[in-house]
Amino acid sequence: MNYEFLELTELRKLLDEKKVSSVELTKYFLNRIKELDPKLNSFITLAEEEALQAAREADEYIASEGENFPLTGIPYASKDLFVTKGIRSTAASKILDNYIPPYDATAIAKIKAQKAVLIGKTNLDQFAHGSSGETSAYGATKNPWDTERMPGGSSSGSASAVSAGLVPWATATETGGSIRQPASLTGVSGWKPTYGRVSRYGVMAMGSSLDSIGAMAYSVRDLAMIAEVMSGQDLKDSTTGPVEVPAYSKLINADLKGIKVGIPKQYFIDDMESGVKSAVMDAIKELEKQGATLVDVDLPNTKYGSLVYAIVCPSEVSSNLARYDGIRYGHVTGDAKDLLEVYQKSRAEGFGDEAKRRIMTGTYVLSAGYYDAYYKKAQRVRRLIINEFEEVFKQVDVLVCPSTPNVAAKLGHAAQDPLFGYIADQLNIPGSLAGLPALSVPCGFSEDLPVGLQIIGPQWGEQKIFNVGAGYQEVTEWHKQHPSIK
Amino acid sequence: MLSKEEIIKISHLARIELSDAEVEKFQKDISAVLDYVEELKQVGTDGLDIVSSVTGLENVSRADVAVEGGNKDEIMHNAPETKDGYYKVKAIL
Repeated sequence: MNYEFLELTELRKLLDEKKVSSVELTKYFLNRIKELDPKLNSFITLAEEEALQAAREADEYIASEGENFPLTGIPYASKDLFVTKGIRSTAASKILDNYIPPYDATAIAKIKAQKAVLIGKTNLDQFAHGSSGETSAYGATKNPWDTERMPGGSSSGSASAVSAGLVPWATATETGGSIRQPASLTGVSGWKPTYGRVSRYGVMAMGSSLDSIGAMAYSVRDLAMIAEVMSGQDLKDSTTGPVEVPAYSKLINADLKGIKVGIPKQYFIDDMESGVKSAVMDAIKELEKQGATLVDVDLPNTKYGSLVYAIVCPSEVSSNLARYDGIRYGHVTGDAKDLLEVYQKSRAEGFGDEAKRRIMTGTYVLSAGYYDAYYKKAQRVRRLIINEFEEVFKQVDVLVCPSTPNVAAKLGHAAQDPLFGYIADQLNIPGSLAGLPALSVPCGFSEDLPVGLQIIGPQWGEQKIFNVGAGYQEVTEWHKQHPSIK
Repeated sequence: MLSKEEIIKISHLARIELSDAEVEKFQKDISAVLDYVEELKQVGTDGLDIVSSVTGLENVSRADVAVEGGNKDEIMHNAPETKDGYYKVKAIL
């Protein structure tokens, strides 16, 4: 029997009915990774021994308990930006090459409490700085649909691994598009939560006012199930809201009759690929056919999103990465005569180009004399963007648009343009600045490469996007198309 | 374009040693970002407050009680150099 590409509910049934054990599943996926990942480079670290131990414990639990958790015994992978107790966690940076965390990120601890099986840590753009997967210090990840192309980023390895059937699902993170864009480019379903829905504790920080912790899987129903596990207030992250976590998966209402779907004209930009546009327009027609009401909406400040992000994100990066000092953990230089040189040389040797570029940019715009002109100004324009979304969500339940303007580009394309990420993620960034939840779901192909439909909801409106996403997947088969890796 | 001196000043603030080639590269790269964001200056934002919390949460606090802080040995294990249970650093004075 083949187990790749099965949805979580199918795996759950097989495990509950004892048709397969967690150990068998874990070995199956480990073998698949060993066979196929050399072509994709989607993993940085495999946790083989730990995974088999966790699988044995899950099997004991399944044998002895009456009721299993949704994720019990099911293998998964985690983006290597999450710290995992006793398992190397690198953020795809040489500065953390030898870092063994003494604790689990809250999201990982919640998944572990369900007796799920962490199989390994996936590749990413270094410190999640990038939109192509190519800034990793451990080599670029390839797109399973065409291994000469990028999978998108920064959650490149999670997207590639799920897309290729190397794991049934994976954790991912997003600051400005890092879940939606790679999910779209690799043809998987991705969930970017409301800011503060999932605890950031133990996830290496990039832009702390933007960082959102989510997942990738084969269906929106799977994502809803995962969301129930990962979400919730955490005393260790004071930005997690005191908002109850609904039983998203049980509450899914896939009936689209009467749902008001906003179509923001600013998200259908001029230089969008025609194949992307037509796939998305077909998806919108399908929603209408299922009974949704389409409403044209106006979000004129969308164009400023990437500009605000280009200031806010590096500013927060420069603060967050100040902690890498070569003293408490991480790379230390072997060539310093005093403390100042320890900092300067350890950071020079440990950080990659993109991390340095963001630290330098952020330090500049936050430095004396420029703070008001850049950072404060950007945070005021951000308020305009938030207000604009709030107004629109008074008229509609969700917004739909493309997840990205293009299909996956060839490897090497991003390095030629320092603004590549801001352009690749321009349809994701405004929602990130406003803390909104969103999905990317597969909605067709352009030039044989996957296209993603983006579904954006109001803050804490996860249920609405899950409903619309599940409704769409009930009547379409795009999410059931999988690559054959050559 | 930003001057060489400005880049060197920023690299000192950021505590990153840069090669001459990197200084030159960042002169161009950071200037490109500043040009890119220039348009924001024209956006009217009078009377708008600065976003400090995107979901509007304010003053979140927890009870001031001691909790277990984790295993010291496991935490110190990642440090490049320790002595007698302390982090070891180069002399400052």
